[in-house]
Amino acid sequence: MSEPAAGPLKKTPLHALHVELGAKMVPFAGYDMPVQYPAGVLAEHLHTRDAAGLFDVSHMGQAWLEGPDHAAVAAAIEALVPGDIRDLAPGAIRYTLLLNEKGGILDDLMITRTRKDGVLFLVVNAACKDADFAHIEKHLPENVKLKRIEDRALIALQGPKAADVFARFAPTAPDQAFMTGEEMDVAGLACIVSRSGYTGEDGYEISVAEKDAVALTKKLLGEAEVKPIGLGARDSLRLEAGLCLYGHDIDETTTPVEGALTWTIAKRRREEGNFPGAKIILDQIANGAPRKRVGLLPEGKAPAREGTEITDASGKKIGVVTSGGYGPSVGGPIAMGYVEAGFSKVDTGVELMVRGKGRPAKIAAMPFVTKRFHKPGK
Amino acid sequence: MSDIRFTDQHEWVRVEGDIATIGITDYAQEQLGDVVFVELPEVGKELAAGDEAAVVESVKAASEVYTPVSGEVVDVNSDIEATPAGVNEDAMGDGWFVKLRLSDPSELEKLMDENAYNEFVESLQ
Repeated sequence: MSEPAAGPLKKTPLHALHVELGAKMVPFAGYDMPVQYPAGVLAEHLHTRDAAGLFDVSHMGQAWLEGPDHAAVAAAIEALVPGDIRDLAPGAIRYTLLLNEKGGILDDLMITRTRKDGVLFLVVNAACKDADFAHIEKHLPENVKLKRIEDRALIALQGPKAADVFARFAPTAPDQAFMTGEEMDVAGLACIVSRSGYTGEDGYEISVAEKDAVALTKKLLGEAEVKPIGLGARDSLRLEAGLCLYGHDIDETTTPVEGALTWTIAKRRREEGNFPGAKIILDQIANGAPRKRVGLLPEGKAPAREGTEITDASGKKIGVVTSGGYGPSVGGPIAMGYVEAGFSKVDTGVELMVRGKGRPAKIAAMPFVTKRFHKPGK
Repeated sequence: MSDIRFTDQHEWVRVEGDIATIGITDYAQEQLGDVVFVELPEVGKELAAGDEAAVVESVKAASEVYTPVSGEVVDVNSDIEATPAGVNEDAMGDGWFVKLRLSDPSELEKLMDENAYNEFVESLQ
């Protein structure tokens, strides 16, 4: 991931609404984004876990990948990712990774097989979107085209009350299974609704035409359970859920095996071995990787931030924290980072060097909070 | 009779006799957001003006609290260690950080008085 070039910050279609709601705006991935609203990060985080939070994620990259049929578009994108796209059911979403030739992660992304034959819907990270789309385009066969979507906003509604709220505007939404995406009308507006998110909670990510974004957002915020949530709480929520932040917890130098994302590599894809960096990645799957992404639970109260050195009991460096802070729902500090493979087992004792002092911590299972995704038939 | 002084790093010092109480200003706590962790020095530690006296962390970031005056730490506010939100609730009062026995009261003269600090904060907005 490269830092966005300096210049005027871009605005999402909801920018004026954020300002009106009293948000503190900060630069993020080239956009002027709300980091928090007057309620503050702590209250916003807890509200999302308790009721429903609304997030503007319009800065993320959306695109269509179009070809003659599903087999053609699936084969085109499978050349760049290790996930199984070919056998995705219509309407299903796959979380997968764009890889480089060394098996390093260029970005993580969501791919939906739409109900139109030969059309995939892609959502990638804001800071990576230009590089991702250029990379994909460069590798497409003649008959498959990438079409960037520049006229749609993306809104996330997350939390245990998200489904109840959303049902008032889209009656079929509660029946939708986790990790599926469907075109549907929401409050009379044409949307692409994905049952997915980045908080560890049930919820939706809603792609809506730019011109309808404010109206839809105001409708959702008009419901008693819904409050606007900024990037600050988005970060603490995803950290508690054990989810990676690209450019921090995974990047071009980390492989899926090191990043504890081996589960994203489908069995068929391992057998075929035809994704970028397959040789390195398959060797790591068979023989282990030198380091691994793990959860870290400090024993004291001091948060260990990104960049904190991880040592063994003798003070020898064995790794580094890649995301860390205070988990409002956990009620204490939490972190994730990379450690040498020999230290990656849950409950292994390590030390975190915070302000020059080694502080005891344990390798912990993630997520730090129980995930509450929607299961069909519940 | 107490006298309160401020720094451009948004610390305050209130002096009673030879004891200086140090905290962060209301503006500072507002900028930090929800305080979730406070680390205080050992009682008995000698601090020089400009030394790091404490650490205050919000959900997002860690910040240092520097002492604007020199002296020996005679007391720390263990209440805010146990309940860091106390800093947000009453930054200028019950949310104080440390008490020092002043070793050089003349250092106070270099600090801003309340009017000067208020003007300084206004200039930041």
